[in-house]
Amino acid sequence: MLLAFDTASSTVTVALHDGTEVVAVATSAQGMKHGEQLAPLIEQVLAEAGAQPGDLTGIAVGVGPGPFTGLRVGLVTARTMAHVLAVPVHGVCSLDALALEAVETGAVAGPFVVASDARRKEVYLASYDARGVRLDEPVVDKPAVLATSGPVVGEGARLYPEAFPDARGPERPDAAWLARGVVAGRFTILGSEPLYLRRPDAVASVR
Amino acid sequence: MTTRDEPLVLGIETSCDETGVGIVRGHTLLADAVASSVEEHARFGGVVPEVASRAHLEAMVPTIQRACDTAGVALADVDAIAVTHGPGLAGALLVGVAAAKALALSLGKPIYGVNHLAAHVAVDQLEHGPLPEPCLALLVSGGHSSLLKVTDITGADGGIDPMGATIDDAAGEAFDKVARLLGLPFPGGPHIDKAAREGNQVAIDFPRGLSTRRDLERHRFDFSFSGLKTAVARWVEARERSGEPVPVADVAASFQEAVCDVLVRKALDAAGSAGIEDLMIGGGVAANSRLRALAEERASRLGIRVRVPRPGLCTDNGAMVAALGSTMVARGRTPSPLDLPADSSLPVTEVLAG
Ligand SMILES: [Zn+2]
Repeated sequence: MLLAFDTASSTVTVALHDGTEVVAVATSAQGMKHGEQLAPLIEQVLAEAGAQPGDLTGIAVGVGPGPFTGLRVGLVTARTMAHVLAVPVHGVCSLDALALEAVETGAVAGPFVVASDARRKEVYLASYDARGVRLDEPVVDKPAVLATSGPVVGEGARLYPEAFPDARGPERPDAAWLARGVVAGRFTILGSEPLYLRRPDAVASVR
Repeated sequence: MTTRDEPLVLGIETSCDETGVGIVRGHTLLADAVASSVEEHARFGGVVPEVASRAHLEAMVPTIQRACDTAGVALADVDAIAVTHGPGLAGALLVGVAAAKALALSLGKPIYGVNHLAAHVAVDQLEHGPLPEPCLALLVSGGHSSLLKVTDITGADGGIDPMGATIDDAAGEAFDKVARLLGLPFPGGPHIDKAAREGNQVAIDFPRGLSTRRDLERHRFDFSFSGLKTAVARWVEARERSGEPVPVADVAASFQEAVCDVLVRKALDAAGSAGIEDLMIGGGVAANSRLRALAEERASRLGIRVRVPRPGLCTDNGAMVAALGSTMVARGRTPSPLDLPADSSLPVTEVLAG
């Protein structure tokens, strides 16, 4: 039984996969408030599937990039649960989950990029091939700098249509696709280190 | 002894720059693991919230592991999880609260979201046994300076009544700022304490905040340290302008005396006015040697008993959170819900998240 969740966007998304299929999903009712919503949503998917924490064999978690505060809620939850249950953490770049969903649902046919909201009028962005395999490390920058006329998956395209006119597919990561991708071996599995992409010094100077 | 009398509780504290995980059984301290990011903040001269939050994430699981190893207990044996859910730095608190929920959820154990300030008072139970109720608590640290009348440490029925607080800087903040003026490292408290031992505490007559008769009418039990900090800065600048060397030890000793004098005077006045015979001093500044000595000396003359935990328990740590959680369990208080928030401005009167 694989528990999957992502907190790298304003939405908290949780799913449970039994090795064959996704058996329960839950999405936060309100934006943000990751710290309040994540644990009850995990409890909810376990209850829905009639599972106990002890039934879990692994935890898949989106490691960002994404707003830091919410991201850390997901990562500390994954690390702590994995420690208690003695199961592995499968870290996945949150943009990869969006890419997989876009490919599998037919939203894109050729190469494309994924762009998510990085706040402060910037986006996180990475490029993918037609199968949804990431071609480079994600970057953070102004939409105008990263602008492309090609297909763009993710919330970034909706927020900055002048830079990304060809918006496609899902807007925010969905833990159901995160779980499916991990079970099917479709992702490059990372550790549980957050992809901050920004130094804390910069954050301190902005405050 | 039943589990409820002597519950095994793990407490998590992340309100500022220390990642603390403590384990207690009843009033017995089993482990107090602390990872600090203070070195990373030193070059900024204060705590940078984002740096602290990042450090909490990295330190959390290793610190939990270290606490369990030290206590010789398995997580599965823990009866309850307690966590600071406020007040403090929002992003820092969230890491601890999320970790505590993950523990509670995966272990199937109750969670108690508790108040950081009340935990500073509760920690004394690990050193001196059950807290006398009522007692008067003087809490002084880099983030807080409060006088609390404590009739029930779990906060039931208005069990914590704030009698006074700082109206500007916290006492510990004043120590940090004066240390900086004197070229001493951050955090300033221990360095001022050390420098002051070589100095004369009556060398310079620095002002005692909110101590005039008119101030006492409105702010009898409140503190103010910003005027003192300015007075020290002016004095040091005047010295430097005149080309004379700054007598660091004398400035440190006189400043420290001004802070400790007003803290002790107001705490004993509050205890006297409330008819309370036990004074508890907690928070990082309670580690100050002069504050301890002055409180002992003046309280004994008034027949007031003073309880100060050892310095390691005065600074922020997980054991204090576990100590308060243990009292919550022992007194049958209802655990917090799993959607409990982190509340950066949690009032001291709210001791347990409901
Ligand atoms: Zn404190």
